[in-house]
Amino acid sequence: MMEVKQQTFKRRTMLYIPGNNPAMLQQGSVYGADGVLLDLEDAVALNQKDSARILVSHMLRYISYEGCEVTVRVNHIDTPFGLDDLKQIVPLQPDAIRLPKVETLDEISRIIRLIEEIEDEHQMPHDQMKVHVMIETALGVQNVYDIARYSPRIDAISIGGQDLAADMQLVKANDGVGIDYARKQIVMAAKACKIDVFDTVYVDVENEEGLRDEAEYIKKLGFTGKAIINPRQIEIVNEVFTPTEIEIRKAAKIVKAFERNKAEGIGVFAVDGKMVDAPVVKRALRVLEMADIDVETL
Amino acid sequence: MELKTKAQAGSFESSDVLIMVEPVEKGAGRKIELSSIVMQQFGEDLLKQINRDLDGYNVADVRIIVNDKGALRPTISARLETALKRAAEMQTGTLK
Amino acid sequence: MKNILQINIPEELDGIGKLEPFQGAFAKLKKGWMEEKTVPPPNKAKLPHSNKMCATLKEAIVKTKPYDGMTISFHHHLRGGDNLLVESIKILAELGIKDITLASSSLTSAHDPILPYLKDGTITQVYSSGIRGELGKAIAEGVLPKPCVIHSHGGRVRSVHTGRIKIDLAILAASASDIEGNATGSHGPSAFGSMGYAAIDSWYSKQVIVVTDNIVDYPCVPQSVTQNYIDFVVNVDSIGDPSKIAGGTTRITKAPMDLQIARLAAKVIEHSGELKEGFSFQVGAGGASLAVAKYIRKIMKQRTIKGSFILGGVTSYGVDMLNEGLFRSIFDVQSFDAAVSSSLMDNPYHIEIPAGLYANPFNCGCMTNKLDIVVLGALEIDTDFNVNVITGSEGYVRGASGGHSDTASGANLTVVVCPSFRGRIPIVKDKVHTIVTPGESIDVLVTERGICVNPNRPDLKNNLEERGIQVKDITDLAREVESITGKAKSIEVTDRVVGVVEYRDGSIIDVIHQVKM
Repeated sequence: MMEVKQQTFKRRTMLYIPGNNPAMLQQGSVYGADGVLLDLEDAVALNQKDSARILVSHMLRYISYEGCEVTVRVNHIDTPFGLDDLKQIVPLQPDAIRLPKVETLDEISRIIRLIEEIEDEHQMPHDQMKVHVMIETALGVQNVYDIARYSPRIDAISIGGQDLAADMQLVKANDGVGIDYARKQIVMAAKACKIDVFDTVYVDVENEEGLRDEAEYIKKLGFTGKAIINPRQIEIVNEVFTPTEIEIRKAAKIVKAFERNKAEGIGVFAVDGKMVDAPVVKRALRVLEMADIDVETL
Repeated sequence: MELKTKAQAGSFESSDVLIMVEPVEKGAGRKIELSSIVMQQFGEDLLKQINRDLDGYNVADVRIIVNDKGALRPTISARLETALKRAAEMQTGTLK
Repeated sequence: MKNILQINIPEELDGIGKLEPFQGAFAKLKKGWMEEKTVPPPNKAKLPHSNKMCATLKEAIVKTKPYDGMTISFHHHLRGGDNLLVESIKILAELGIKDITLASSSLTSAHDPILPYLKDGTITQVYSSGIRGELGKAIAEGVLPKPCVIHSHGGRVRSVHTGRIKIDLAILAASASDIEGNATGSHGPSAFGSMGYAAIDSWYSKQVIVVTDNIVDYPCVPQSVTQNYIDFVVNVDSIGDPSKIAGGTTRITKAPMDLQIARLAAKVIEHSGELKEGFSFQVGAGGASLAVAKYIRKIMKQRTIKGSFILGGVTSYGVDMLNEGLFRSIFDVQSFDAAVSSSLMDNPYHIEIPAGLYANPFNCGCMTNKLDIVVLGALEIDTDFNVNVITGSEGYVRGASGGHSDTASGANLTVVVCPSFRGRIPIVKDKVHTIVTPGESIDVLVTERGICVNPNRPDLKNNLEERGIQVKDITDLAREVESITGKAKSIEVTDRVVGVVEYRDGSIIDVIHQVKM
């Protein structure tokens, strides 16, 4: 049984920033996203991988991404760039490192062992920097639970919808239908491991309605956040993943009732005619946490 | 660091800097040609920073052409490091 | 002598005369009248059925008997599409006129071609609310023998009333005019909307020429300037480039940084206590300042708040809000696009106002006195909230005082929006290069890295903090910016004063020193 992960960062939105673009890197944290992803992989041209790696390294040391969780997406270990990415980025210990296109248990164990070797070289602990895995192929979807539960330092799974649609040779890539099963499977694996799960990018930046609809849908599926490719998308997605005033009030009521009943030794009770037991209380606590409400102050 | 070939890094984009390095004869010293859109305000700082970084890499002889579009310090150091490593044919993990 | 902001102001300057130091935004106003005497408008006479039409602009100019040392004025409603000013200066130069004082209401980079005339003694002094492009650079480098005078829109009207600016010849472009000179900018192929800046020139100039590319049957309606002030009328092929005068509609910026700052500013406004039923509102013409309107519009609809009036330079965005019933009226001193000109023509609640009614403090109450909320930009702002909107990071003149100090002084809530730094150049800093609007007029600064409230508004700070908006100390923000950009070397200047910045009451708030070349 895995422990519930303690989060200090919210993870509703993660802004992708191309790793070779200084103008964007230096402004990454001002847009209100919960996290930033400094990308050395798909957003960087093949002949600029070294440039991006070095630029991101310097930015990590100089820029304070105050208030944002900082994740670096490295290249896959089997590319010419992956190992150098790890060697340079791991010692800098960003909040998390994101591994793209993970497909098998064997792969993830290899990569994590490499990460730990590098950390040992630098006398760094193994449980500081988190690891996120990206599932972007059919094989990855099939193996997602085994991959995600491999190590306690894996604390988020992300789905790469564009690459997955290509891997599945889907004709229509952007209506979500083809990748729907994959989304659900990945969410299930994340829930089984009690970790966060990020949905894929929404490419039509102009379509704010479409983004909101998709965000509402994936929230229903159980996703905890979404990848963002343009700062304009942040407000909408943050809003969808932030509890409304009504939801907050309801949650507060439940938690208050729980505290009262707990004191009297009662485990199951009713609030507004609905049964409240342990899982309901847990969900209510989560809502208050998402709304930044300190349970003590209730 | 021993420079073997001409190389450059960066771009002409706003907040970036294009740095070109070229090996020169031993003893020729550092020839730094600097142009910047913030020359008045940060020209001196830029020159100091480049020389400091070159000291760190132990590069005594080099020709550097810097074309700055208002890059911050980490960008300048990063682009210089990249250009030098490419010039020293040390760049690993990239396709030429 | 030092003014109240501790800036050294010379007691007098060649080409300008005695200078008065700035003593505070309301120091001269609180008396209730202006010390300086006003000058009478000119006295003219015309025989019945006289013909005002001239075949060419040159013919009209010659008829006005130009002379060395004269003052010539224009309005800047043609913005980037103006070529009338350049044409007129060329003609005067051809006629051998020298030592001209140019008193256009503003200058843009469209006026770059007159630079040679600043160098050869044709033009020896400039009064303007703004100067840009090659002219701004050259003036900062000291090309003129006399210091230029930068004034606000309201201040320019005061200057004309008091004879500080004595206009000999006003050449006024109009997009429609009849043969008597009743003219407007609200319709015609080169329509540009309100002629607010031209009114004072038409009333006070010794000679007035209306230039149009669209003669209409008598009488021209509506009338921004009326025939009893017009000496000559000229019909030309084109008064300017319509595409640069007024584009189609003004779009809200898509730049992520501007939108982020605008979003934060709207939140500040929403929780300031000033966003309430019947509020009046002014925003800039673009960038983050205009984008704030987008968010305020949404909030107004959500909270069903109806405002009283929109003021200022008006864009089609303002017109949309008027048409949606979010505001009762628009008071328009300058129109920024074609959609605004149409609204001005068609909607009785879209009202053209002259610059004096807009912003001159020396009357029974200009409209900026009634403003509730204004959102302004800044080139630089210092830790005392003093704002620079006139000189750029190299010391060149490249902006405009415009309505900045006018609106800031009157508004109940003055919000400055700008990034904390741009490229590598700090915008929030210890000292700005030139002060145009004093810190006492600025209530809150909104940047992407922090919201700072003027210490003279503890009530505002409380309101914001109570509603969960984090307020940062402006000195901390300036420090933070410096830690990111590094410390910039200050601009090197000489002792020579090449420009004075007039506050709206005629006192001098700052001077512009010659840039070392």
